[in-house]
Amino acid sequence: MKKTLILTTALVSFGFAANAEVTVMSWGGAYGAAQTEGHVKPWSAATGNPAIMVDSDNPAPAIKAMVEAGNVTVDVASVEYADAIRLCDEGLLEPIDAAALPPGADGTPAAEDFFPGAVTECGVSTDIWSNVFAYDTTKFPEGPKTAADFFDLAKFPGKRGLKKGAKAVLEFALLADGVAPADVYTVLGTPEGVDRAFAKLDTIKADTVWWEAGAQAPQLLADGEVAMTTAYNGRIFAAAVGEGKPFQIVWDGQIYENESYVVPKGAPNKDLAMEFIKYATSTEGLRAQAAHISYGPPRKSANKEPIIYAGDGKTEMGPHLPTNPANLTNALLTSSDFWVDHDAELNERFQAWLAQ
Amino acid sequence: MAEAATDLLKTADGRPLKAALAAAQARAKRRAFLLVLPLLVFVLLTFLVPIGYMLKRSVEHDGFAASAPALDAWFAANPGFDPMNPPEAAYAALVQDLARMQTEKTTGIAGTRINYTVPGTISLFKKGAREAKSLAPPFKEALIAVDADWGKPALWRGMAAASSKYTTEFYKVASDRKLTDEGWAKGGDKERIYLYLFFKTFLVSGIITVICLLLAFPVSHLLATLPMAKSSLLMILVLLPFWTSLLVRTTSWIALLQEQGIVNDLLVGLGLITEDGRLTMMYNMTGTIVAMTHVLLPFMILPLYSVMRVIPPSYARAARSLGATSWTTFRRVYLPQTLPGIAAGSLLVFILAVGYYITPALVGGADGQLISNLISFHMTKSNWSLAAAIAAMLLAAILVLYWLYDRLIGIDRLKLG
Repeated sequence: MKKTLILTTALVSFGFAANAEVTVMSWGGAYGAAQTEGHVKPWSAATGNPAIMVDSDNPAPAIKAMVEAGNVTVDVASVEYADAIRLCDEGLLEPIDAAALPPGADGTPAAEDFFPGAVTECGVSTDIWSNVFAYDTTKFPEGPKTAADFFDLAKFPGKRGLKKGAKAVLEFALLADGVAPADVYTVLGTPEGVDRAFAKLDTIKADTVWWEAGAQAPQLLADGEVAMTTAYNGRIFAAAVGEGKPFQIVWDGQIYENESYVVPKGAPNKDLAMEFIKYATSTEGLRAQAAHISYGPPRKSANKEPIIYAGDGKTEMGPHLPTNPANLTNALLTSSDFWVDHDAELNERFQAWLAQ
Repeated sequence: MAEAATDLLKTADGRPLKAALAAAQARAKRRAFLLVLPLLVFVLLTFLVPIGYMLKRSVEHDGFAASAPALDAWFAANPGFDPMNPPEAAYAALVQDLARMQTEKTTGIAGTRINYTVPGTISLFKKGAREAKSLAPPFKEALIAVDADWGKPALWRGMAAASSKYTTEFYKVASDRKLTDEGWAKGGDKERIYLYLFFKTFLVSGIITVICLLLAFPVSHLLATLPMAKSSLLMILVLLPFWTSLLVRTTSWIALLQEQGIVNDLLVGLGLITEDGRLTMMYNMTGTIVAMTHVLLPFMILPLYSVMRVIPPSYARAARSLGATSWTTFRRVYLPQTLPGIAAGSLLVFILAVGYYITPALVGGADGQLISNLISFHMTKSNWSLAAAIAAMLLAAILVLYWLYDRLIGIDRLKLG
């Protein structure tokens, strides 16, 4: 009996010691799959360290809960830019040494290769995704071209789909109202600016269907529930190119943002996590992820050569990426500083406006 | 009479009967308690302790108090200071703390704490902390030159309140009050949302409970009075949706009820409505109520069924034989006997409906926001103290309703079978 007990205890502890695998937590769905194919599997194969991907509805609160409970089981997490800043402010993330990041494939040092703002104290950007709006080309062969067209119910009749939240919706309203991207956050910082955004939204409020989950937006368009809807650009790409739906994205008035990899404080395999992030955010790693989902790599060197969509092996990702120069004519970079300050306040105002 | 009072019943060995009985029953009671003890410990550890910890967060946040010791001391020494015009000593303490925050990297957490009541503070603190080392006295003019917002009375009120670890500020925010330059005041028309949502959540849950009751009563009666074989078959029809995933059920309602959905297509195809006159049954209150009723119906059917099954049919027959009409029999003989089941089912459905947030989030559209959606929002945005405060208020409201329910109906009359 005693011998069995000792043997089983030894076996169990051996099992624990061998468990030096890197756990990456991401958003699941098409995005999580792209990161598994682009980062997790190749890094694991190249370095021989086991790595797994776990899904989450939103990794940020999960990380906060883990660190505060003192039981961190995740080594790397993919979080929104504002969450990366906020969690870093709250002391819940390990700082990342920007000097240690690898240079681009063409030799450019990391500091110059990354787009401005892509590397923060505790996070490194993996892709740039965007809030855009899309329409069904069979309904509107002569489709909308600008953000203002989204609010034009006379020229383009039908319901509209909008994300149920203040972020990216208020800026979109201001952009459609004629505010230049450089001025949007200054305007939104004033009470008059906020009133202006809500007044613009009031013009379509009665005809709006509010979506909550990323997958709902293309679904609403496919069902014919809405004539136009805002959505995450990768989801529309997956529906249009991956599934052959007649959807067209309008890039005017796009609001783009960085998604970052972070390391929670007290991660079990911190050094391996840093190695993983260095690989994933290298030119090679970023291009590998971009081949599976249409979110732009945040490094100049990664955007040099065309990236081919892995789904069909022939579509060029270039025109579908938010970072393509042709798509950046009237684009707005989300200001995480603004939202970290005002998210709760504006969201309360938004909820109150919705309820009226 | 006095003699009769002292003449208590005694057992054979001279002890009073009452004491002897208590002693004999004590063993049985102790044994019963020990049997329940594991469950009690389990409930305490997995239920009360985590919830208590979350509720404690709603009154406690030391993000600022722990990072700004100089200001804490100054506020403690000057409780009656004028927020409109804080003296130079206050600004000196502030600059000292900002420099400290910069070196200790606690600017973020301190700014976040004040930002909960004074929006815009996080970037203000970050800028101030970066400049703090290079500022020279007089600090008041120097700091206000960096950013005029440093002189805002609301900011000073916020900092004074946050200098103590314990606070009721989160409850104030959850009651739709705002911190202004003059102090805590009722929030503006365009911002008040919490109390309205509390009220709406209870109203919607009440409506759903009543609808569930009306729909479940005939079904349970049928299940209870049919012979066992047929009844079991029909019971499977009740349980199958119960075992299906909640999200699958919710999204199938979307497919059924949306404007281009199955129900509308059917009605247009039958010619009952025109193409332009499609019914809007989804992404509004109708959709929320329909989907939530569907999800919560088994919780009403099952308790009612268990209670109805043990009601002897002879009572109803006796009433009829004595000359009562169908309606009178139902109202005065059958219904009172099902009351424990109705009580149990209603309580279950109501409390579940109050906490639901996924279904209203997906099908509710603009109308269908309930208080739980806001609790979830604040949890995601890291303001756990406010989420805890709203949750605590919800818990208190439910407990008050439960107490009222006990007074009106009586908890010991509740039966689950």
